[in-house]
Amino acid sequence: MTTPDKETMLNWYRQMVLIRRFEEKCAELYTTGDIGGFLHLYIGQEAIAVAAQSIFRADDNIITAYRDHGVALARGIPTKTVMAEMLGKATGVSKGKGGSMHLADIDRRFWGGWAIVGGHLPLAAGIALADQYSGADRITVAFMGDGSTNIGYFHEALNLAAVWKLPVIWVVENNQYGMGTAVTRASAVSDIVKKAEAYGMPCCQQVLDGADIFEIREQFEMAEAYVRDGEGSYMMEILTYRFRGHSMGDPERYRQQEEVEKKKTEADPIIRLGNYLLEKKLVTQEELDAQAQSAEEEVAEAIEFAKKSPFPAPEELYANVYV
Amino acid sequence: MSTSNQVITYRQAVSDALWEEMERDEKIFIMGEEVGVWGGTYAVTKGFIDQFGEKRVRDTPIAEMAIVGAAVGAAMNGLRPVAEIMTINFAFLALDALVNHAAKAHYMFGGQFKVPLVVRTTTGGGRQLGATHSHAPEPIFAHFPGLYVICPSTPYDAKGLLKAAIRDDNPVLFVEHSTLYQTRGAVPDSDYTVPIGVSDVKREGSDVTLVSYSKMVQISLEAADLLAKEGVSAEVVDLRCLRPLDMKPVIESLKKTNRVVVVEENWPRFGVGAEVAMQIMEQAFDWLDAPVKRVSQEDVPLPYSRDLEQSALPNPAKVVAAVKAIL
Ligand SMILES: Cc1ncc(C[n+]2csc(CCOP(=O)(O)OP(=O)(O)O)c2C)c(N)n1
Repeated sequence: MTTPDKETMLNWYRQMVLIRRFEEKCAELYTTGDIGGFLHLYIGQEAIAVAAQSIFRADDNIITAYRDHGVALARGIPTKTVMAEMLGKATGVSKGKGGSMHLADIDRRFWGGWAIVGGHLPLAAGIALADQYSGADRITVAFMGDGSTNIGYFHEALNLAAVWKLPVIWVVENNQYGMGTAVTRASAVSDIVKKAEAYGMPCCQQVLDGADIFEIREQFEMAEAYVRDGEGSYMMEILTYRFRGHSMGDPERYRQQEEVEKKKTEADPIIRLGNYLLEKKLVTQEELDAQAQSAEEEVAEAIEFAKKSPFPAPEELYANVYV
Repeated sequence: MSTSNQVITYRQAVSDALWEEMERDEKIFIMGEEVGVWGGTYAVTKGFIDQFGEKRVRDTPIAEMAIVGAAVGAAMNGLRPVAEIMTINFAFLALDALVNHAAKAHYMFGGQFKVPLVVRTTTGGGRQLGATHSHAPEPIFAHFPGLYVICPSTPYDAKGLLKAAIRDDNPVLFVEHSTLYQTRGAVPDSDYTVPIGVSDVKREGSDVTLVSYSKMVQISLEAADLLAKEGVSAEVVDLRCLRPLDMKPVIESLKKTNRVVVVEENWPRFGVGAEVAMQIMEQAFDWLDAPVKRVSQEDVPLPYSRDLEQSALPNPAKVVAAVKAIL
């Protein structure tokens, strides 16, 4: 694995802070009623999306579930069009029709945010099938939550992908709860990655630390080499934690506040990377602060853009029902 | 028997019905996503796990097909499961278990099996949840013989019908409306049931009949208020159950008003309006003074953006306009 240079690592730092600030603002905009519907925050999990973006090619395919802001932003979708979508504006990346849970950007081969648990997993298989079929050397990266590995969609998709050797990296973001249900209460095996064995699919040998962007990148790189070579699918499990509730208005009766606080201090990927860079004397605190500030400004501009943008015109209602 | 009433929410009514039935019969148990520790996504089963324990209040993995399929099996083998599908949007994942198994097990094996199962779920758009989470597809489920579909509009009906559903030996899809949970209404203190498959006149009138169910009853009643101000007297018939569908009060009302508007939250094509209008043709065509009209959701997947979504849903003004078009 090549050691990244300082600028690259500062950029990861900036991207993670961008996602964090973006979502903190979204939470505020939810309470003011500017954002409606469901809002699932990625706060605490940012290193995963940023690590993925730092490894995979711009023409590779990315797909995820409804907890999609982080993946969308890391993918390079303009912050302002993501924010405009959050506000249901015509300038949003899904033209205001999708909202928080349904972001997508075909130009960046970000195939969406999909809100039926597990539903996007067969889609990932099919997207990969299309590439395999036409001889493209692209790979598909499918993110999912721990809870989605218990639904039929998951098992059917992984089996199919294994039988057909489809070029997919299946990435479980194990944030330890599916809504309020702890992994051990919902999954017969708590090492989720072992499910790969049922399909004869290679997988990472240990569960990865979701707060450690270096560790995640290393696995992504290994997985990429395997899948890009046409060997078939590969599965990974990353242990992470969502610092916020499942969505807004989660009573959080299923976990102790101490557990959350502990994770916030011990497993914050932004703090981790910042400390690493400081300890290695690769950057100064001022340099980190400057990145954070520029990310904050980008979010502020995005909000301004989104607020000024028009809502979809009434006739948009019937647009795009059919091609 | 003299009974006193109390005014409670629709949520409380559903919750009380479940609670009282579980106290009455040990064979009744609940299973579904987040029904236990979380207390139900809509807080209907809050406190249940403390009272009844994990044996009878079972959190499940996210696995709709297994939830309904296992509930069918448990029902066939003597229990009375109340399975919860978090929202009707996810019931599509359980459609096969509902259609091929719950609805047919009794018939296909010559009456040997019974499936005394209730699947509770919530329906409805208007909350900016986007196209995957805003369906109101009750008519789809009402298509299948062997399955009952119940869609209560008031706390009284919700409680009485849920009790009736739990006590019935047939499989029932019990559809609560997510935007009705906070609404309030009078409910007797004593035990009661509302019979399955009996429509109910929610407001009497003489000029036009509004036929609806679930949330759309509320919309129809609001429309009736607006119409009254203009001197038009609307009768509101609440179907309460889509299957079995009781057309008698609709036909009786039509004979009085000679005009019908169906108000439905589902999409217009192949919906409740289509079925009701057809049955009117079959049973009371000569009594019509004008074509039957329907007010439904626009024929599009629901968008996220608030005003756009609202513009796609039925509302009292649209009902008033439909009535005026046939007066
Ligand atoms: C088929 C289906 N069932 C239920 C839901 C409701 N739901 C939304 S998210 C969620 C939990 C998913 O947990 P997990 O896969 O671990 O992802 P996380 O939310 O933790 O990112 C549930 C039950 C849904 N969207 N789709």
